Amino acid sequence: MTNVAATAARETVVLSTGRSRDRNLKSMAFLLALWFSLFFGVMVLLVLIVSTVIDGAPRFDGELLTKYSSTLRPEQTGYRAGILGSVWVMVTTAALAVPLGIAAALYLEEFANPKRWYNQIIEVNLQNLAAVPSIVYGLLAVAAVTAAGITERGLVISGAVALALLILPVIIITTREAVRAVPREIRDGSLALGATVWQTTWRQTLPSAIPGIATGTILGLSRAIGEAAPLLMIGTATAIRFDPNGLMSQFTALPLQIYSETSQSREELRVAASAASIVLLVMILALNALAIFIRNKFHRTW
Amino acid sequence: MSSIPSTVTIRPGGTPVDQEVHMTSFTDVHHEAERELPDLPHDPVMEALDLNVFYGDFHAVHDVNLSFGRNEITALIGPSGCGKSTVLRCLNRMNDLVPGARVEGEVTYHGQNIYAKGVDPIAVRTHIGMLFQKPNPFPKSIYDNIAYGPRVTGMKVENMDDLVEQALRGAALWDEVKDKLKQSAYGLSGGQQQRLCIARTIATQPDVILMDEPCSALDPIATARVEDLMLKLREDYTIIVVTHNMQQAARVSDRTAFFTARPDETTGNRTGLLVEYNLTSKIFSNPADKRTEDYISGRFG
Amino acid sequence: MSSTTTPAGPSDRTGLQATPVNLRGRSRPGEQVIRIVLLLAALLSVATTIGIVLALLRPALDFFGDVPISEFLGTTRWAPQEAAYGIWPLVSATFLITFIALLLAVPVGLGAAAYLAEYASPKTRRRLKPVLELLAGVPSVVYGFFALTFVTPTLLQKILHIDVGFTSALAAGLVLGVMIIPTIASLSEDAMTAVPLALRQGSLAMGANRMQTTLRVVFPAALSGIAAAIVLGLSRAVGETMIVTLAAGSRPNLSGDPREGMEAMTAFIAITAGGESPVGSTSYNTLFAVGLMLFVITLLINIVSIALVRRFRQVY
Repeated sequence: MTNVAATAARETVVLSTGRSRDRNLKSMAFLLALWFSLFFGVMVLLVLIVSTVIDGAPRFDGELLTKYSSTLRPEQTGYRAGILGSVWVMVTTAALAVPLGIAAALYLEEFANPKRWYNQIIEVNLQNLAAVPSIVYGLLAVAAVTAAGITERGLVISGAVALALLILPVIIITTREAVRAVPREIRDGSLALGATVWQTTWRQTLPSAIPGIATGTILGLSRAIGEAAPLLMIGTATAIRFDPNGLMSQFTALPLQIYSETSQSREELRVAASAASIVLLVMILALNALAIFIRNKFHRTW
Repeated sequence: MSSIPSTVTIRPGGTPVDQEVHMTSFTDVHHEAERELPDLPHDPVMEALDLNVFYGDFHAVHDVNLSFGRNEITALIGPSGCGKSTVLRCLNRMNDLVPGARVEGEVTYHGQNIYAKGVDPIAVRTHIGMLFQKPNPFPKSIYDNIAYGPRVTGMKVENMDDLVEQALRGAALWDEVKDKLKQSAYGLSGGQQQRLCIARTIATQPDVILMDEPCSALDPIATARVEDLMLKLREDYTIIVVTHNMQQAARVSDRTAFFTARPDETTGNRTGLLVEYNLTSKIFSNPADKRTEDYISGRFG
Repeated sequence: MSSTTTPAGPSDRTGLQATPVNLRGRSRPGEQVIRIVLLLAALLSVATTIGIVLALLRPALDFFGDVPISEFLGTTRWAPQEAAYGIWPLVSATFLITFIALLLAVPVGLGAAAYLAEYASPKTRRRLKPVLELLAGVPSVVYGFFALTFVTPTLLQKILHIDVGFTSALAAGLVLGVMIIPTIASLSEDAMTAVPLALRQGSLAMGANRMQTTLRVVFPAALSGIAAAIVLGLSRAVGETMIVTLAAGSRPNLSGDPREGMEAMTAFIAITAGGESPVGSTSYNTLFAVGLMLFVITLLINIVSIALVRRFRQVY
């Protein structure tokens, strides 16, 4: 009996000191490993940013943004063509992908009967498309614009088609979620007053879903702006020395220009590429910040 | 029949306390205007004839036969799952929106079957309005909430401001909001929002108003105001209200239909059927069916 | 009398019964047109898939007219300029790099997910999750560049003293792994958070500590979601282009030694497309043959992933 009492006394002491069971060596090591995992990514990100900034520091000058690329005088190479080209392509991509994406999402959420077989095929398709490699979208865009009769390589419109196809599934999925968040009662109230489904969608559901749609769209665009592989496929040039001047004009994009100058051996080109990477990162960060700002400012709790 | 001893205080909106009416049994209820009504409406605005509702193969509601009298308030009562809301939604074809929903039988409005081929459900809904359980104003201004119905249905309106004012007066809300018409509807209290929804509904000039448990999300004071409003609206509209509050049915309705639920033979899911339909006074004082009596006396449901 | 603005009450319209109420309403062609337009937009997604298959299939079939499948799948030397078309060096490179990436990303991703799901306070989780997502926002070009300018010279050669070449599967795999950490972490964290509290509490009530609860209760319960996350990360890694092109190089290499550079499938496609092959030639068509192979592989992986996600969503 004394043994039991002694054991119980010991156990009681252990219990009263709190979470000692969590404090044994193995648990602490485990927690440390988890903590390290979480901050590993952050550390890598920091190292990446710092090393890129350090490498690119010599070229943080205005000429980076205003001059064209130059291999003859690499210390003066500029990314103007890439930056403008990216802007042109992004705007066109948005013009293509956003209306199509919203339209498709509205159909699936408001008009489609989910039990019909053709609607289920569309659903499965969307899920598959969201995971297709970006380079395959480039190949698809090549086929699409060739079929449309465009034979010249590397046009703004071709790049926009490739990127629009790439981000279309993302836009559709986020728009659907934004539309779904609008409560049923609002739709019911509108329909009960004698509005049609489209009137209800256009006047009630869509306006309420706009913040969510905007957030998703901007996030999709921020992904597209960094994509180089699809643009490579459509034959985008990497050393352009003029500004794009239309949808049928040749162009180059910032990530592509970085790619081409990275693989060069001249040190000055590498330095410029580092600086340009920072510019690209800043653009992406700005877009993400805009998306988060919109989400926080306009988020409505029903 | 013995009544449940209950003291319910009805306080008509805005009247001083010493005019409270105490109700100790359902037989003591008296409406604001005591009405002599025939056993069955001789001039029904709407009728349900052998109405059966299916969801896919599931037979959800059986054989409903009802006639709704002009300028009367008809209450649909019964335990949960008995199909009363389903029947209500069939009356303005809102049930069409449920995938797989199907109706057999007829629902007539001024003699025309609203489920006939070629009938436009949108047009039906401009004549038969609906109020929902949880107040659901649009995220717009008070003014735009009311103007929404007329605008989307293409009503020819000479002066929208007048229409909005008339609708708000009709819903006994004008005095409270006349200075803040451009403010968001979400700034109103729950009871005010529900009255806003009423104003919104009558703005399209229906002659029938369906109400699906309109007071269940409101506090007792707001409930009383809505009930008073119902009695006032009765002068101009025909009202059909689903309620799970028996006292409310006894207070405001002229006729009551009692539904019950029974398990379906094949699937075991609950299906609804109409048990009894009569003048409210008769339902509550002398129900014909034992199930009605059991429900009213609280033995189940 | 009937001014349309006074809701005088329909019962005042004494003429109502005489004139039948019009329930026909307007025919609404606009509504139908809009419906069709929206449907077409939605069908575009189906068209896209069909388009991908067709775009790849035709040139690929042309290719297989010139080069028998037996050579494509059966031989092991890839040198298109010398008419050697054995695909395995490319495929093995892709999978070696992917394997290294997963070796890094799976433990780190799961660890981060476990911390966020089991140990972090809601406030911490809200703050740290977006930071993790930032990793996914860095463009792959920048990652590839980072591999060339930092990982290879500084990390691998200087610090770890590994004898890697200028390009190596190791560098590519490591950087690729970092890029897919958020993918694995995010979906795993969702899966772990979805495990009901009751299961955890049951384990803790029996005297297990949090480490044991996490490892023995939460992980197994969230397994299909975690599996889905890993498979999704796998799919991303297989399809990634810029990192492997820059960091692993352009020389087909069947050696399987991660310290050497080796050309992956996506790298081959990227480099060849940048070149000047005439349309319709065999070398042009190899693009599409490899592209088709890539598409089929990722499609199979995605099907598995979607099935796993569906199962995980159903469990709770």
